Amino acid sequence: MELCDLTAHHLLSLLKTKEINAQQILDSISQRIKKVENQIKAFVRLDSNRFPVETINQHTITTSCEKILDGIPVAIKDNICTENFLTECCSQILQGFRPPYDATVITKLKEAGAIILAAKTNMDEFAFGSSTENSCFGPTRNPWDKTKVAGGSSGGSAAAVSASETILAIGSDTGGSIRQPACFCGVVGMKPTYGRVSRYGLIAFASSLDQIGPLAKDVHDCALLLQVIAGYDPKDSTTINIEVPNYIAALEKDIKGITIGIPKEYFVEGIDEEVKTIVYEAIEELKKLGATIKNVELKHTHYAVPVYYIIATAEASSNLARFDGVRYGLRLESENLISMYSKTRGRGFGAEVKRRILLGTFVLSHGYYDAYYLRAQKVRTLIKKDFEDVFKYVDCLVTPTSPTTAFAIGEKVNNPLQMYLSDIFTISANLAGVPAISLCCGFTKNKLPVGLQIIGKAFDEEMLFRVAHAYQMHTQWHKQKPPL
Amino acid sequence: MKPLSQTLQYVAKLSRLDLNENELQNLSQQLQTILDFIDQLKKVDIANVTPTSYAVDITNVLREDLPITSFPLEKSLANAPRKKDSFFVVRKVID
Amino acid sequence: MNINIQYEPVIGLEVHVQLKTQTKIFCGCRTDFGAPANSQICPVCLGLPGVLPVLNKIALKYAIKVGLALNCSIGELIRFDRKHYYYPDLPKNFQISQYELPVAKNGYLEISGNGNVKKIGIRRAHLEEDAGKLIHTNELTFIDYNRTGIPLLEIVTEPDIFSPEEAYEYLTTLKGIISYLDVSDCDMEKGSLRCDANISLRPKWTKQLGVKTEIKNLNSFKAVRDALTFEIKRQKELLEAEETIEQETRLWDEKKQRTFAMRSKEEAKDYRYFPEPDIPPVIITNQLLDEIRASIPELPKARMERFMREFNLNYADARQLTLEKNIADYAEERLKAYPKKDKKTVANWLIGPLTQEANQRGKNLSEIPVSADALCELIDLVENAKISNLAAKSVLTEMIDTGKNALTIVKEKNLIQISDESTLTKEVEQVLQENPQIILEYKKGKTNSIMFLVGQVMKKTNGKANPKLVQDMLRRRLENA
Repeated sequence: MELCDLTAHHLLSLLKTKEINAQQILDSISQRIKKVENQIKAFVRLDSNRFPVETINQHTITTSCEKILDGIPVAIKDNICTENFLTECCSQILQGFRPPYDATVITKLKEAGAIILAAKTNMDEFAFGSSTENSCFGPTRNPWDKTKVAGGSSGGSAAAVSASETILAIGSDTGGSIRQPACFCGVVGMKPTYGRVSRYGLIAFASSLDQIGPLAKDVHDCALLLQVIAGYDPKDSTTINIEVPNYIAALEKDIKGITIGIPKEYFVEGIDEEVKTIVYEAIEELKKLGATIKNVELKHTHYAVPVYYIIATAEASSNLARFDGVRYGLRLESENLISMYSKTRGRGFGAEVKRRILLGTFVLSHGYYDAYYLRAQKVRTLIKKDFEDVFKYVDCLVTPTSPTTAFAIGEKVNNPLQMYLSDIFTISANLAGVPAISLCCGFTKNKLPVGLQIIGKAFDEEMLFRVAHAYQMHTQWHKQKPPL
Repeated sequence: MKPLSQTLQYVAKLSRLDLNENELQNLSQQLQTILDFIDQLKKVDIANVTPTSYAVDITNVLREDLPITSFPLEKSLANAPRKKDSFFVVRKVID
Repeated sequence: MNINIQYEPVIGLEVHVQLKTQTKIFCGCRTDFGAPANSQICPVCLGLPGVLPVLNKIALKYAIKVGLALNCSIGELIRFDRKHYYYPDLPKNFQISQYELPVAKNGYLEISGNGNVKKIGIRRAHLEEDAGKLIHTNELTFIDYNRTGIPLLEIVTEPDIFSPEEAYEYLTTLKGIISYLDVSDCDMEKGSLRCDANISLRPKWTKQLGVKTEIKNLNSFKAVRDALTFEIKRQKELLEAEETIEQETRLWDEKKQRTFAMRSKEEAKDYRYFPEPDIPPVIITNQLLDEIRASIPELPKARMERFMREFNLNYADARQLTLEKNIADYAEERLKAYPKKDKKTVANWLIGPLTQEANQRGKNLSEIPVSADALCELIDLVENAKISNLAAKSVLTEMIDTGKNALTIVKEKNLIQISDESTLTKEVEQVLQENPQIILEYKKGKTNSIMFLVGQVMKKTNGKANPKLVQDMLRRRLENA
């Protein structure tokens, strides 16, 4: 085991006792990157020959260990703004874009002493996708099987954690973009409650669904990272102004007497039999740990994907209107303004982005708004209500994260609808705004990780950490390393 | 309803996207599939249901009217594809 | 030919008022007018990727204040929406505006022409962000985003306006109310008040609206009136020739005094409004409404009525003095300071010489530095026949230029009116001797010619003679001779 293979909380204890120093961690990360990055492609615009790997704030590396993440390397998804460091959303249209400001999460990470890697992690262009194949830099490969996708859109962040190319990573989740790649890569990933983490500086995909969240090797690290990035931000009107609980303390509690709901809708549609079996085994494990298991219903689950693809694309078509070549990014000059816009956007956006902009524009356009957008918003209300109702009786819900394990690179590229359906179990949490975590609960015969999703009440991330941590304390899945 | 390819051209214009013939054809097919899939929402009873526009119920987030220091010009213009003096520049726009 | 059809114009106005908050509607950048290009911008108003808007509390309060003053119902829940269109002055290519749930709706504004009162319906008033400014040269367009994000209140009338004069009256009245509320500079030259007009014609016998055009680029209230007058004529001619009127946007050309269609072909408008997910809705509580209501001062109409009552002024004078808040404050202080009961004299001074002085100096009346006491003193001097009206006007000019008081100037310039007969006898006799012809005319019955003689005496005394007394003396001499 190298330092880069350890968890943040383990490294922090070694730092505290001065057995190691922060530079050693960074060096270990750099060596690992040099060794495996060519096979994985977790990062974009990375010079893997540079040693140690470039960071945004190396000057702050100290020997002290006072702050919560002092000396811990964190990788950042390419859609989160870092002042003066390229942030391109893995899109040609943002070619050369160096934000003049830091996202709030970056400011918080810096304040917490984290070492931020300068190269960003790979993602589907503008986070539109479930496989990281829609990146203008090419796909990220799954560390467990390099012919498979890493999931998406935060595939780079998940793969980097999985391959120990970073200790912690930040991703964003609009319909499963943290949890599904975490599941495919066998790591822990959480989408916090909408409003828990500031979105200021996150290049928006769908504003009413987006949320920044942590990816880590275990639940403890995940809690640690959320502790740092969570909280009210006066720059984001949608963050809630309540105190952030102590998530580390929540890890200490056992799960005796809590009630876990199992929504039946998550075990029927297109689910892989092996995945189903492994998830049921995990549920058995939770039962053994003292939780009460209760079968529940989330009646409108079936409609989550169509609702999502209306709302998410509508908001995306609006959010991406600003990429027009006037103030930043790519510009293709042309004889007149309209043609400059159309050529710039026609060239700068990839196929999936165009698809979603067109769909989103269509559902908002004159004559179609009521039939599509308004209807979707109403069904969203019903989906949200399903959760409110069920959380009157249960403390959290447990489901598979994804109906399948990581699929082959190229398998779904030409079938957008099939690709969309791979998010079928993760989308509802975004529509309802509730928090959800994914953690590894076993492996298939092909040695591919299977993910367990725990969904909680709004602003009750503590319950998710508590259950997930209890599970990890009694299982070893999270300690397995991919064969690199 | 208008044929999808016609609607698609209208929507492409509305969203300022240059699409070639090939793209138009592919997209037209793919969007048809997606729209057919989305149509299942017509089965849901949405009578008396209010639409959800926000993920969580937050209201009345207001800022005091206090000035901040604006950005220095170099910073504001740093990413501009074309600029002159203190301005962003595009080819002449006709009213 | 439909030559005998009587047409009636139907006009609706959209007024954009820049609210004078210190900072922009969704970020903390300043809103100062005339700042160097792109010096008042930040990632938020520049719409950089990743930024989010946060609503300015004062902008909201100002909007509610105007809504209340326009007799609107204020939304219990208000919301922002995105309005999409591509234009380089709009950094996000959508404008944050309000569509379904505006701040205010269903109000009215009372206007009066020749004393008749008419209600103009206010359909809605909503908050939105202003766009940047484009500066065109031959080949290039330069963009200044300073104005981007300045809070705007858009006030939309019902199509209740039936003549260019009514439109003018509406705008004047609206500007007056907003100036009283102290929420905007309302300066059309600086663009803090802008107006677009919708106009269509319909045969008088029907209520059905005709095809309308929208007129933009109206830079003054006069331009609104002129452009509407032109457009009525243009549309009438088209209708009479049985040609179709295009529904289009037309620009007013101030120099050529005509409207013309925009050069670029307009697309059909499809703004794709949807609720702005980045700004949570706002619940307007009764407590907030009460607080804002309490901050609304006496409005122009109430003040005009009080001026008529308290100061015994006629409608025209009272209206002119109360239309603008700062003028009304200025006038009220001076009217109150004047000790006599009949305040007409003071009103005349304010509307006459003082307003003239202000106009000549390109200033607002309220900026003319003549204190209440100083004005009373000046009026006293005239009333007590110490100086002539003519002299008083030059004294006023001197007062404004030098800041000296009236009496000092009168003494320095030796302007005290001569009201002593014995000192004037010499001049009167001289003038009579010099003008035998006039005397003859007078005696033939052309009594008006006496005024010429008065003028001659005034000349000889450098305007200091009391003209009434001179006339009196002359008459006596002529009658007795």
